[in-house]
Amino acid sequence: MSDFKEEIVSTKEIRKRTIRSFLVFFLLIALAVFGWKWLNRQPSDNGVPKPLRTVLDANENIFTNYIFSNYNLSKAFAPAEVVPRTRVNGDLGVPDNFDTAAWKLQLIRGVGDTQLITLNEIKALPKTEVIFDFKCIEGWSQVTRWEGVKFSDFVKKYNLDQQAALKYVGLHTPDNKYYVGIDTKSIMQPQTILCYEMNGKPLPMNQGAPLRLIIPVKYGIKHLKRIGTIFFSDQRPPDYWFEQGYDYYAGL
Amino acid sequence: MLIYWANDVYRLGWGDKTVLKFFPDSFYKALNIPFRLAEGMSLHFVFMWLFAINGLLYVLFLIFSGEWKLIVPNKRSLKESWQVILHDLHIRKDPPPHKKYNAAQRIAYTAVIFMGLGSLLTGIAIFKPVQFHTLCAMLGGYEWARIEHFTLTILFTLFFLVHIMQVALAGWNNFRGMVAGFEVEPPPAP
Repeated sequence: MSDFKEEIVSTKEIRKRTIRSFLVFFLLIALAVFGWKWLNRQPSDNGVPKPLRTVLDANENIFTNYIFSNYNLSKAFAPAEVVPRTRVNGDLGVPDNFDTAAWKLQLIRGVGDTQLITLNEIKALPKTEVIFDFKCIEGWSQVTRWEGVKFSDFVKKYNLDQQAALKYVGLHTPDNKYYVGIDTKSIMQPQTILCYEMNGKPLPMNQGAPLRLIIPVKYGIKHLKRIGTIFFSDQRPPDYWFEQGYDYYAGL
Repeated sequence: MLIYWANDVYRLGWGDKTVLKFFPDSFYKALNIPFRLAEGMSLHFVFMWLFAINGLLYVLFLIFSGEWKLIVPNKRSLKESWQVILHDLHIRKDPPPHKKYNAAQRIAYTAVIFMGLGSLLTGIAIFKPVQFHTLCAMLGGYEWARIEHFTLTILFTLFFLVHIMQVALAGWNNFRGMVAGFEVEPPPAP
């Protein structure tokens, strides 16, 4: 057909061009196979091959520096849309026999400077309600309702501006069995709360009584139940699921 | 529809009633998938760049080389594609005349570009539903965006299967054409 460039070539020439093209073709296939094998041979960085971790961290950089904004809020829902049964998806660091009456929040302000805060002191701060679509990294999501104190209000009240200028916030359960690290930008987002009520009632034991984190800009793995310790750092604080190969950022 | 492979309820249904379970346990076992979510996600968030950049380069190539004229369906394509199907099924003897791609190919290859765009947009909506909340809402919300992303993946898989089958059936000259960029026609009879 006239749209094509047509030439009359010898059988020998056809053979030559075919062989040349297929050599390139097979070379590219070999490259893909060896590339895959190479990737899987690379040393692991917290549960995933190092090159993959490098890209995950690069993604984090792009999203924290160029995309993330405090003006982007997690979609709000009406109370009527809240699911009747809030799912319980893990009990690590949240044993049932915990003495919530004796609990105090350990706020590490700096080296050798730890402040103990009671639940009543936290409850004295302005109360914020958050109804949002809680998203699990494993794939499920449900609309849930929580009440507590905005993390940004907490920072203001306890004069933590200097600490909050550091890059990360670390949280541990009282027994240190579960722990998360969160970039300060995300935790200061106005929907992040230190939560002491669920559906208007005190937080149940299996939801992290007496105080847990609710942070709608992150997957559920970052919503640490039963906060024992809070600290600030410029280095990434240890993170339980990060060590198991998940993305450190896990932001939405 | 609930999409949740970690709990193995990739299914179509409502309440406790399941109409279709997409993947039997044997599927997961054969591919060695269980308990490798972290690894799978990290691959996803690395290869998404390759797919997006590759797709973008391809579309730019189509535009600037003028090859898009050979791919975008024209007004005859819908009618002709039916003839192509009949020919492929050996019901019609001769295929309708065509240039580089026949009518069915034009429709399929243009559709797959839009599917790629769809996967990209639904993917962004699922990946950062808070930062891209407007896009997420436009796609019907988080849950719908996930269903759309999953549906597109199934369609890609079907496209791939049909594509491979057609290549196998079309024979050597066509396959060489795909790899080498030229097709050989026998010399005209003297």
